[in-house]
Amino acid sequence: MNRMILKNIMRFVLFVSLQVFLLNKINFFGYLNPYIYILFILLLPFRIQGWLLLLLGFATGLVIDMFANTPGLNVAATVLLAFMRPVVINLVGKRPDYEQSGEPSMREMGFKWFFPYALLLVLIHHFALNFIDVFSFHEIGQTFLRVIVSSSFTLTFILLAQYMLSVQKER
Amino acid sequence: MRNLLAFVIRYHFFLLFLLLEAFGFVLIANSSYYQQASVQNTSNRITGTVYGAFDELSDYLSLRKTNYILSEENARLHRATSLSFLKADTNSFFVNDTINKLRYTYIAAKVINNSVNRRNNYIMLNKGRKHGIEKDMAVITSNGIVGTVVSISDNFSWVMSVLNKRTKISGRIKKNNQMGTIIWEGKDFSIGTLSDIPAHVKIARGDTIVTSGFSYIFPAGIFVGTIKDFRVEQGDHFYVIPFNFGVDYNSLDYVYVIKDLSKKEVMNLENTVKDE
Repeated sequence: MNRMILKNIMRFVLFVSLQVFLLNKINFFGYLNPYIYILFILLLPFRIQGWLLLLLGFATGLVIDMFANTPGLNVAATVLLAFMRPVVINLVGKRPDYEQSGEPSMREMGFKWFFPYALLLVLIHHFALNFIDVFSFHEIGQTFLRVIVSSSFTLTFILLAQYMLSVQKER
Repeated sequence: MRNLLAFVIRYHFFLLFLLLEAFGFVLIANSSYYQQASVQNTSNRITGTVYGAFDELSDYLSLRKTNYILSEENARLHRATSLSFLKADTNSFFVNDTINKLRYTYIAAKVINNSVNRRNNYIMLNKGRKHGIEKDMAVITSNGIVGTVVSISDNFSWVMSVLNKRTKISGRIKKNNQMGTIIWEGKDFSIGTLSDIPAHVKIARGDTIVTSGFSYIFPAGIFVGTIKDFRVEQGDHFYVIPFNFGVDYNSLDYVYVIKDLSKKEVMNLENTVKDE
């Protein structure tokens, strides 16, 4: 149990610093900003309490906001992400035999399960984030483009990270 | 009461979600333009220190380019000093010196955090209140305008980049003095838009756009960019003019914060007119 808490704290530090120091500085035609830090929320164990999930989402968003000077923006999007996570897990389908300490990672659940799970949540998060940022439907085409470009890059990042991890463990 | 409690326990997940989400939106609402000073200052101090440490690393990588920009600017400043002019009319120099009271001073600062890929971008500088920076000061580089200071702490300041939805800077076309508004439409970080220029005015690609100095933030005549293209939307009487920014916002390093020494006087003067 303690091992799991430690693991998640390390993940938090890793993903948040990756986000703040590296990914927030990347840009690509001015549209791209991948948000790898949500992988922390995605990988929290299945059995986590609802309130803890929400609070962790809130805290993560707050830290990212502090570094990006976007007060509330990532908070709103990440809390929504945390709220939707159980819904998406139900939608994608729980496996009846998952362990007590199991986490929704590619290694434990397989690509077929993990891909739609990550895809849906990444889209929800990026959609919320970009629309709250622009806060109008005036530039809707441009905002959609942002959502799609950023989502596909975030998803690629997440899948790559998960794939490398699963290959490493199999050896 | 018991029912209420049961309700709260039953739906605690949803209620907590609403509460946290509401908190997020309160933060967003309060952050519009003038950030809440107290919250911002604490987080500025923390994030500023972290960014400062990280930035020292990346400093070394851009030394060559920075040197180049500095020497370019030195050369231009040398050209501008009175020493490099032929003194044909000594009188005019004396007159100039006594009439022109110093109005603007410049504070050099370093960019320690910057973004160009959001709809609303901000820049963090390594100087703050201690170094004489105040809210609403203009930020420029040798190549053009950068933004406006919106929030300060003791040692750091946040600048609202020109690459922001809220940017509205008064600019004009240098060759015919036509006034317009500089905005950023959010697509490409190297292209801004000048609007409100009447359609009868003659303009051409490559014309220079400078600041008009009609706001209390940017001094007049600072380079903004050059016209890339222009069109008139159907049924409109004004140009939409996309232009190339003079500054590469993706590679900002050292900037100047402009302090307007006469700002108070000008503001007071305007207030007397408003009161009447």
